[in-house]
Amino acid sequence: MNDAGIQPLVAARGIHTYYGASHILHGIDLVVRPGETVSLIGRNGMGKTTTLRSLVGLTPAREGRVEVHGMDMTRAAPHRIAREGIAFVPEDRGIFPNLTVHENLVMAARPGRDGRDDWSYDRVLKLFPRLHERVGNLGNQLSGGEQQMLTVARALLTNPELIILDEATEGLAPLIRQEIWNVIREIKQTGMASIIVDKDLKALFRISDRCVILAKGQVVYEGTAAELAASPEVHMQHLGV
Amino acid sequence: MFRTSLTTNLILICLLVVLAALPPFLGIYYGNMVTRLMILGIFAMSLDLLIGFTGLVSFGHAAFFGLSGYILGIVMMDTETASIYWVLPACLGVTALASLVIGWFSVRTSGIYFIMITLAFAQMLFYFFNENTALGGSDGMFIFAKPTLAIGSWNPIDFEDHHTFYYVVLVSLILSYLGLRRLLNAPFGQVIQGIRTNEDRTRALGFATRRYKLVSFIIAGTLAGFAGFLEAMHTSIISPAHLGWHESGNVMMTVILGGIGTLHGPVLGAFAFGFLHDWLQDVTEHPTLYMGIFVIAVVLFLPRGIAGLPADIARWLRRKPPGDGGSPP
Repeated sequence: MNDAGIQPLVAARGIHTYYGASHILHGIDLVVRPGETVSLIGRNGMGKTTTLRSLVGLTPAREGRVEVHGMDMTRAAPHRIAREGIAFVPEDRGIFPNLTVHENLVMAARPGRDGRDDWSYDRVLKLFPRLHERVGNLGNQLSGGEQQMLTVARALLTNPELIILDEATEGLAPLIRQEIWNVIREIKQTGMASIIVDKDLKALFRISDRCVILAKGQVVYEGTAAELAASPEVHMQHLGV
Repeated sequence: MFRTSLTTNLILICLLVVLAALPPFLGIYYGNMVTRLMILGIFAMSLDLLIGFTGLVSFGHAAFFGLSGYILGIVMMDTETASIYWVLPACLGVTALASLVIGWFSVRTSGIYFIMITLAFAQMLFYFFNENTALGGSDGMFIFAKPTLAIGSWNPIDFEDHHTFYYVVLVSLILSYLGLRRLLNAPFGQVIQGIRTNEDRTRALGFATRRYKLVSFIIAGTLAGFAGFLEAMHTSIISPAHLGWHESGNVMMTVILGGIGTLHGPVLGAFAFGFLHDWLQDVTEHPTLYMGIFVIAVVLFLPRGIAGLPADIARWLRRKPPGDGGSPP
């Protein structure tokens, strides 16, 4: 299907982002369409997290343009971008340790941009049975894996159209990691778009529609997951594996 | 959710019963002192809402405490009687408005800049009243009459009576505590606690954090204004010292002593601070020096303040002596 006519959910157009005087992103172009799963791949320090932070408004781009639903949101506050249906699951998890699992979830719960309410409290707990058992526990009483599940669950309760997962399986035990990947797969099946940053290339290739490789703050490769999986020379050149 | 353990709740109820039973046994001096410490407890709780629950370290909180007292003084300047039904809303309204203006600028900054901007606003108010001879300048002003609760000739509560006023302040303290507790357990309270933990994350969840911080600032400022109103009613005097940086520093020290982010801790801190200062004045010529040593000791050895003391003692008692449980050599 020719999807050139479909309006992107999120688009970064030539964005340049800085931390103080450090120029991190050098004209990144990235487009995510509704229902699409895009992997952002690259070695450490290549600008993956900065790209995600620029998309959600936490580190706004100084040049270029970030569009959400075709609207210019380059300088928009993060809460405005979130209200446009973009949920961000950061690499440091960011649960609220002094709130219970229940409170962490309900404080974020709201209908989606178009009033959709697909992800209810009960549905989210069904997706994460471990959380269901621990709804009364404080955030800081959860294991790392449970905290990660809580962060994903909380993001889903905002009923987003795009979920951004930054190193969602980082530092987790293999079984928990598998559980998280299963959840990501289920989310994909619901038709929700996603941007995933992760070090597990095989898992990324299995789930992604498209892969984008970043190096030194620039997009150096873009193609389908199947194309990238079949191009070991690209892995070697840009990822060293 | 903001919670306190069953033990803490029982201790607090016991302390309240003691406070309620005390007046007949206190002379005028200690009666007035405990009344003032309860007022400082309300003041300190209001700052705890900012520091302990919203993550905003204000060094100008006394501005609202003193401003409310000045409004009472100005209102009562040319009258011998006024109804509390409009005087109290006027004092709180002006304080809330000042909190809105100061907060609107302040919440745009963070960290050290927030501390400095709140201090700067408080010092502006300090110098305004300090230089204003019509309001008594650096001497401040006397409040010769207190507003009354009277409806016609019926006056249910006589604020001039020391014992009665003691109980008015005690009830105010309890209601302030319960009100703040309820606020912290409401969705608003959860969001501000989220802001304190991680503001970026809270914004990314879709919350306009600046707005929440401003509302928290206004609530804290207005509650400080309420404490200032009670203080001015109690002492019948208001001076620039009430809104200077020294007063802001004292209330911050009270919160730290009592335990940041505990609500009841700052009230305990106010009592510890007040009684210790009073005792030191009797036994030494340099009470401030020894107060400083006490505060340093608390910060070093009781990082959770006086409110954390029972838990610290329990943990210490539970600790096994070295070598316990190990096999003999």
